[in-house]
Amino acid sequence: MLEIVVKLALVAAAFAVLPLLVGQAEHKVMAHMQGRLGPMYAGRFHGWAQLVADGVKFAQKEDVVPRAADRWIFKLAPGVALVPYLLVLIVIPVGPGGQVALDLGIGVFFALAVMGVGVIGAIMAGWASANKYSLLGGMRVAAQLMSYELPMVFAASSVAMAAGTLSMQGIVGEWRWWWLPWQAVGAVVFFVAGLAELRRPPFDMPVADSEIIFGPYTEYGGLRFALFLLAEYAGIIVLCALTAVLFLGGWKGPFLNTELGWLWTGLKVGVLSFLVIWLRVSYPRMREDQLQKLAWAWLVPLSLAQLALTGVVKVATA
Amino acid sequence: MTGQEIVFALLGAVAVGSGIMVVTTRQLVHAALWLVLSFGALAGMYLVLTAEFVAWVQVLIYVGAIVVLLLFGIMLTRAPIGTAPDLDSGNRWIAAAVAVATAALLVTVVVMGFGDAKMPLEAGGGSAEALGSAVFRTWVLPFEVLSVLLLSALVGAIVLSRTDIGGARSRGKGD
Repeated sequence: MLEIVVKLALVAAAFAVLPLLVGQAEHKVMAHMQGRLGPMYAGRFHGWAQLVADGVKFAQKEDVVPRAADRWIFKLAPGVALVPYLLVLIVIPVGPGGQVALDLGIGVFFALAVMGVGVIGAIMAGWASANKYSLLGGMRVAAQLMSYELPMVFAASSVAMAAGTLSMQGIVGEWRWWWLPWQAVGAVVFFVAGLAELRRPPFDMPVADSEIIFGPYTEYGGLRFALFLLAEYAGIIVLCALTAVLFLGGWKGPFLNTELGWLWTGLKVGVLSFLVIWLRVSYPRMREDQLQKLAWAWLVPLSLAQLALTGVVKVATA
Repeated sequence: MTGQEIVFALLGAVAVGSGIMVVTTRQLVHAALWLVLSFGALAGMYLVLTAEFVAWVQVLIYVGAIVVLLLFGIMLTRAPIGTAPDLDSGNRWIAAAVAVATAALLVTVVVMGFGDAKMPLEAGGGSAEALGSAVFRTWVLPFEVLSVLLLSALVGAIVLSRTDIGGARSRGKGD
């Protein structure tokens, strides 16, 4: 009992701290990639406290709900967007044995199902704001989710087939180094589809500022807006952790898997998060038709090919 | 009553209650959102019955895909904030009668079939492994027949939506 309470407290702490770390890293990495310094003053040392200061600023702002908005849905939406990512973190293993808050037998499926629910928050926000730009953004969110959910589930099921289990601890346990080339296509498809589901650049058409201001979040301010931002960064953590666990061997490293498992998981999540930021700086936003084309003409066939390859190798080596 | 039965009954009440809200609310988007709650409660009931795989499929497919599709459709056509007066059809009482009759029929069948018989819940009885071996060993023929049905629906949708491969009548005027 005590053990599970401690684990849940740790998950909650990770949920509160890691998104801020990614956010701060994004400020600094993006700045340096663009030849700037980024935040330098808050907290004295290289602006480390910038996001804490941002949080204080958000908390002080007036809580505004537009008069024409649907009050209940408008207020509920940030919670619906944020909570699913917290739930997914519970089933992600950071190390071998009991180093996971809850080892579900169908962990992969749970994670994918719950992640899809978070998108409803953005759609609710888009509709309830009573703003045509928000509504357009909400529609783009829905269209994007419907296209990218499929290749993501296919890619994840390829790994599950390879490991013969849906449990995340089981998948990492079965993982061998040669799965890297074997599941490479699936890994790329999963990561790209995940980015699109999180609406991260270059897949940020739903919040395209030059066309629809800030999409579904246009009417939000203060703490509720901060919650949406937090959901985005928590989503990055969840996506990177899932990719690391499913495709990169999770807590398996070159040595000391049992003792240093958490370190290997953390390193992989960190490198993938850096990649997410790097992609944002490097690529221009994709147009809506390019988004759909990428999903249906590339990712779905590629993930199906990966499934076929997994099946063939699995039968051949059985 | 055991704890499980109480949770099951509560979830059932939530599912039925939100289901009623779906058909009685006067706001179109609210109906879709109540549907989320109804599906969620249903998934919770599957979980209580140890059918965990079915529960999360319910969330992934119905909440994550079907409701998103519904919301997309509503937003694409009309998404009024506030009440829509034209949501009630003239057939509402007939529809209510049909719904009550269907529910009564189903409840009668279940009660006559099982009475107050109890089945022990075994952990892992609804796991992916148990379900997979049942579907792909015992029930593989109905499963394949269903997939052919879905395939034909898919092909039908493509034929309906693509004007360039449809009949001569449906060819676009523009080209």
